[in-house]
Amino acid sequence: MPPSEPTAPHFRKPLLETPFHARARELSQIDQFVPWAGYNTVDVFTTVEQEYFAIRNASTLYDLTPMVKYRVAGREALEFLNRLVTRDLRKLRVGRVSYVVWCNDRGHIIDDGTVFRLAATEFRLCTAERQLDWLLDSAIGFDVEIAEVTTDIAALAVQGPTSCYILKRFGLEGVERLKVFEIGEFSVRGRPLTVSRTGFTGDLGYELWMRPADAVAIWDELMAAGRTRGLRAIGSQALNMARIEAGFLMPNIDFMNAEHTVRLGRGRSPLELGLGWLVDLDKPHFNGRRALIAERRAGSRRLLVGLDVAGNKPAHNALLYAEEAGRREVGSVTSALWSPTCKRNIALAILEAPHFAVGTTLWADIYLNRELVWERRMAKCRVVEKPFFAPERRRATPPADR
Amino acid sequence: MSATAGTRRYDCIIVGAGHNGLACASYLARAGRSVLVLEANERVGGAAITREFAPGYRVSAGAHLLNQLPRALSAELALGEHGLEFAAQELPTTAIASDGAPPLPLGAAGDAPLSALSPRDAAAYPAFRARLGRFAKVLYPLLDSIPPRLGTSDWGDRLALVKLGWRIRTLGRRDMRELLRVIGMNAYDLLSDEFETPRLKGALGVDAVLGTNFGPRAPGTVLTLLNRLAAESAAGPMPLAQPKGGLGALSDALARVATAAGASIRTGARVASIRVVDDRVAGVTLESGEAIDAARVISSADAKTTFLKLLGPRHLDTGFVRRVDHIRSAGLAAKLHLALDRLPTFPGLDRARLGGRLLIAPSLDYIERAWNHSKYGGYSPAPMLEVTVPTVNDPSLAPTGRHVLSAIVQYVPYETRNGWAADRAPCLEGLLALLDAHAPGLGASVTAAELRTPADLAHEFGMSGGHWHHGELAFDQFYMVRPVPGAAQYATPLAGLYLCGASCHPGGGVMGLAGRNAARAVLRGAA
Repeated sequence: MPPSEPTAPHFRKPLLETPFHARARELSQIDQFVPWAGYNTVDVFTTVEQEYFAIRNASTLYDLTPMVKYRVAGREALEFLNRLVTRDLRKLRVGRVSYVVWCNDRGHIIDDGTVFRLAATEFRLCTAERQLDWLLDSAIGFDVEIAEVTTDIAALAVQGPTSCYILKRFGLEGVERLKVFEIGEFSVRGRPLTVSRTGFTGDLGYELWMRPADAVAIWDELMAAGRTRGLRAIGSQALNMARIEAGFLMPNIDFMNAEHTVRLGRGRSPLELGLGWLVDLDKPHFNGRRALIAERRAGSRRLLVGLDVAGNKPAHNALLYAEEAGRREVGSVTSALWSPTCKRNIALAILEAPHFAVGTTLWADIYLNRELVWERRMAKCRVVEKPFFAPERRRATPPADR
Repeated sequence: MSATAGTRRYDCIIVGAGHNGLACASYLARAGRSVLVLEANERVGGAAITREFAPGYRVSAGAHLLNQLPRALSAELALGEHGLEFAAQELPTTAIASDGAPPLPLGAAGDAPLSALSPRDAAAYPAFRARLGRFAKVLYPLLDSIPPRLGTSDWGDRLALVKLGWRIRTLGRRDMRELLRVIGMNAYDLLSDEFETPRLKGALGVDAVLGTNFGPRAPGTVLTLLNRLAAESAAGPMPLAQPKGGLGALSDALARVATAAGASIRTGARVASIRVVDDRVAGVTLESGEAIDAARVISSADAKTTFLKLLGPRHLDTGFVRRVDHIRSAGLAAKLHLALDRLPTFPGLDRARLGGRLLIAPSLDYIERAWNHSKYGGYSPAPMLEVTVPTVNDPSLAPTGRHVLSAIVQYVPYETRNGWAADRAPCLEGLLALLDAHAPGLGASVTAAELRTPADLAHEFGMSGGHWHHGELAFDQFYMVRPVPGAAQYATPLAGLYLCGASCHPGGGVMGLAGRNAARAVLRGAA
């Protein structure tokens, strides 16, 4: 039985625990857990600042076991996936990972995720939300098998400038040769381990995929290997700060699963989310292709952009206006952050045409609660290029020994 | 892939030479398009064919009466000039009984036998018929037009919806309210409100459920009844007719119309796949491997067959495929064909009525019970029957002095728990016993018998699930959502691919309107 199986009846303990849960409990100082995809996971271990700075200045361990994983295999696995996602996966070589989005018939995004090509006809699809019904309906007419393997694989993200050094010390010989989006197969003291140079921090980092039975031992050995390099376990809040700096999108924060929206106009296309580079209209038919061709022809009605906001107050959920008087509403902020690394007040925002050109000046309506008194501030913002933070080290191969 | 040498490129290829495919071909060829009709079977007609089921005995293999062919379409295509003749028209309908009760005619007016059973029903019946007739007339233009799309800003779509609302309004306040009250109801409740005679209600209930996967208590069965009556309203006040030579004669006439208009028809040419180049239809590939190019392919095959088998889901979006995959098309109507060595005798039935439509459905409860078995993988031991003896009006269908009986049997599922290998003989035996109870001596006169289950019909005519309407006629698969949103205006998500068969609006029944509407959609799309 995998360690993640609930020991109590499901109705008594509705959230599952990952194989790393015992370690997370030990390290959690403030008992701040949150549900994520049916698992009880750590939001913050100590303080979010401490954890955030470990991502950018040392290294971090993040338990991403709850990430939903599907095994997609069979004679037409590639054709199936290529019809599912907007990118041309025929270009994805064995041993490589691709960041993908997939759309409904209207060309609106259902979810984003990563595709691992493990063999010519075997793939792993990692998603934020459960997708089995959409995947199975997409498999009609294809010779492909799809199975959810979330509980079969434990996963850890090791991210930060010292991560490569730590993994080498841990025993991953040659891990420094892995290029971005490359997959390596390793064995450490008899334990098989798949490593991909992927992550959600925009920094140097790796993701480790292992058998649940090996999870605790690997955690302990990683912690030991990282002691001199500031390795620290982090929760989801710190990761969320890093991903905003990296300009990565979060489902249900920056966009809704289009199949879950009930109101008209709440779905978002990849073109609208600034993910046009993921859309290959020249490949054979894929879900949403006809709608996306029409959208490209007519021009998108909105665009998700980066904002540089004046002041130091994050523009959480702010409505955006074309002028300071706040008469013409042109969009809203989806994610906002005072970026400690960039020393900038940044945000991701969805803007209506034609207000999304880089350099456009807008005004954010920010509400501040100052000792229970609400104040309103119109902050000047400028549309800027993303990402906000993209250090050279994230791509360097081999990474510097730190 | 290019077409083989000597093959030309057509404007339109029509998949399937059923009556809708042929009607569509005729209209397109008349509009100047080069048209090729490809039929998998060795003869044209689809399910509207006449074929020999025993040496010397011929029968309409699917529907055996013509009651919904609009006069306008018949006149436009000049079917008479192209050889369509009738052995009999304005045929009567009679509800027969096995308990010695006299046959109950279902005329337009209350007949004497009904007065004997219930003076109240006899008084109410003409008004009821007249009211449904008014509803049917209001609804008919719906059948005869391309359904509007919902949620568009297109003026044509809006206008069509406004017109529909206006037509219903023209019924007057009383009738409009009554139509809106009953249209979502079930036939059982409506008929029980109106009448008390079980056999009258049973016979009227037949029209509400024939060819569907519904019992009379199923919601939406008033809609199916009105749909049938609407279609009949364009075929004349007494619409039941029997083409000379069976239903195949209609198909032969339609084929002559199409050919005369310039269309080519090839039989024995089974389409294996629809070819796509650059996200557009390029033509078809036959099972023989032959490729034929065309700018447009118009499929009279049902939506599931067209999209999932001939085109393939990989050319479509998942949401659309999901909707097509979910089309309900469980066929429950079987065909019974009997060769008889003498004319059957139904007590109290004169020759004129024997040549008409005979219904075995003694009550609504009887039909509902008959339906029950099919829900659990069984066939009805006491089924509802629509019986004809076509040789009364058309002796050419059997050797001299011999006769043919053709019956639509409901409810007979596509597959049974025990399998048809085990169930076929007892099912047939039960049917012969049932008929014998209504026409004593009939069983002994049977020289050959053939039971065509929905599975047999699916195989013979290529209909998914063996459903006569190429998909259930129900609110969720009706009018502007038939067969599915995204393909309900005959055009499909793939440029150049159209539907023209019964799975489109207005559904099954030998009307030809799906083919005619589809031709208009094709011509509109090309303009």
